[in-house]
Amino acid sequence: MTASPEPAIQARGLVKRYGRITAVDEVDVTVSPGDVYGYLGPNGAGKTTTLRMMLGLIRPDAGTVELFGRDPLLDGARALDGVAGSVEAPRFYPYLTGRKNLELVAALDGDGAAARIDTALDIVELTDRARDKVGGYSHGMRQRLGLAGALLRDPRLLILDEPATGLDPAGMRDMRVLIRRLADEGITVLLSSHLMAEVEELCDRVVIISSGRVRYEGSLDDLIATTGGRYELRTTDDDRAARVAAVQRGIGDLARDGRGLTFAADESAATALSIALGEAGVGIAALVPRTATLEELFFQMTEDAAPRPGDVPASAGGRAREEVRT
Amino acid sequence: MTSVAAPRLARRAAGRPGVGTVYRWELRKLRSQKRTYLGLGAAALVPLIFIVALLTSSGGPEDVPFGRYVRETGLAIPLVGLLFSSIWLFPLITSLVAGDIVACEDNHGTLKTILTRSTERWQIFAGKLLAAVTYAVAALVIFVGAGLVIGGLIWGFDPLPSLSGTRIDAGRGVLLIAAAAVAYLVPMLAIAAIAFLLSTVTHNSAAAVVGTLILSFMMQLLAIISGLGFLRPYLLSEQFDAWQGFLREPTDWAPILHAAWVSACYAVPATLWAFLAFVRRDVAD
Repeated sequence: MTASPEPAIQARGLVKRYGRITAVDEVDVTVSPGDVYGYLGPNGAGKTTTLRMMLGLIRPDAGTVELFGRDPLLDGARALDGVAGSVEAPRFYPYLTGRKNLELVAALDGDGAAARIDTALDIVELTDRARDKVGGYSHGMRQRLGLAGALLRDPRLLILDEPATGLDPAGMRDMRVLIRRLADEGITVLLSSHLMAEVEELCDRVVIISSGRVRYEGSLDDLIATTGGRYELRTTDDDRAARVAAVQRGIGDLARDGRGLTFAADESAATALSIALGEAGVGIAALVPRTATLEELFFQMTEDAAPRPGDVPASAGGRAREEVRT
Repeated sequence: MTSVAAPRLARRAAGRPGVGTVYRWELRKLRSQKRTYLGLGAAALVPLIFIVALLTSSGGPEDVPFGRYVRETGLAIPLVGLLFSSIWLFPLITSLVAGDIVACEDNHGTLKTILTRSTERWQIFAGKLLAAVTYAVAALVIFVGAGLVIGGLIWGFDPLPSLSGTRIDAGRGVLLIAAAAVAYLVPMLAIAAIAFLLSTVTHNSAAAVVGTLILSFMMQLLAIISGLGFLRPYLLSEQFDAWQGFLREPTDWAPILHAAWVSACYAVPATLWAFLAFVRRDVAD
């Protein structure tokens, strides 16, 4: 696959209002070709509305979206060339069979999509049920049929909205494997999900959205690394250790938790503290860096309207938005 | 789901789909729905019921054009049927599909499925509109055909007296019935356009079908209010009688042309409104 020079998705200043409610507020998103991009946010955060604007299903009140350099509002269906996906649960005609539904969407795709039906059904393991009416499909089967419908378009960009919803654990695992393999083949993936483990496993970049606004956009590693300045310390004498740490240069935000001490420091200050503790006769049982999980960071960003110092410090690759820092 | 490597799917090669593709698939969808056959079945059944009623009773619809000839020639059956069916049958049959063809996509949530493929919105719109028109044509053909064939089998194809008193032989009679059906189709298409509009803007099949019927009945009601007689020439319900112009000698084109432009006054704005609503709407459900 030839890498396109344009971003797979470039959204700038997207705004969508429903009456007095601003569902999406000045959202910027850039997904580069080859990214596996996680799109995170609680219910009602504006994720689905943003995805709909990306696919040209709804018109933004302000801002623009380009898919590989094409605007769905200006270029119509051509903007979706090489783009596939679904918003919320995939929907099909219940009175048609799974295969007939795929034949229908393949006909609307043209470009030989019909020739890919058997392969797509095979990939999602629906070949045996392809001649049953979709009205009798389970939710998970419809999800898989939706993915088959997306694959018919031979996409360069796959937009998936909660693809694991309704799948059993084995189905969720297989879905993750399939998405990973598609990404490994060079398909750019925008994955909207509530499943943090899924996002951590699959995605290299994330955007976190809350109340219609982007709270973070950037590398997942950078986001996790923003919490890397904290350490956990367990010693033979926590009281003495606390006294030593309190006067040690570079040690800050010292606190006790149920298992010992926590503090903020860079690596050299933590090393100096360990030496000082040894000189003070305090045994070190454990001194480990403490990083927050994506889930913890997600809740911090989406549940706290007022940001806490140090929650999301600016990082080299990531962009925490002003509203969480000020 | 298979856990083996997803085979790389072959690259796209051929052209883009057009209105014809959408149209063919709309017809396939219609063929897969029971509701489709309700309307077409009614179009076939009503002439049959009318004929059975004629066979089992002695009276007849003598106060309407061609009513006195229904037991003399099968040519009169579809014409009398057209007169009665403009009241509710064809508005209902027409709106059954035209009122549902867009709204059912909202009901099933499938609009987002078809609008995220390689087909432009206007092509989807045109394909659906053509399918709704095709259904109306099919219902009318079945209705007229059933009345003509069954009526002809029972009462033969003797010449039919025209509204001018001349006699129309069987061959010419069939041609004139076909012409009458085309004239009858014109206000039917206006009804279809209104149903299509309601289907597009309400996103609700029942509201579109019932709304169309209410509009149709309201126009019939307005037509019988004596103080509003000046409105009658411009009511859609009145245009369903224009076909009688073909059954005069020479052909009376005035009512036919009048019905054409009056119907266009309803159909064109409704279609344009529906088009703009469809291509600009947010698909948020």
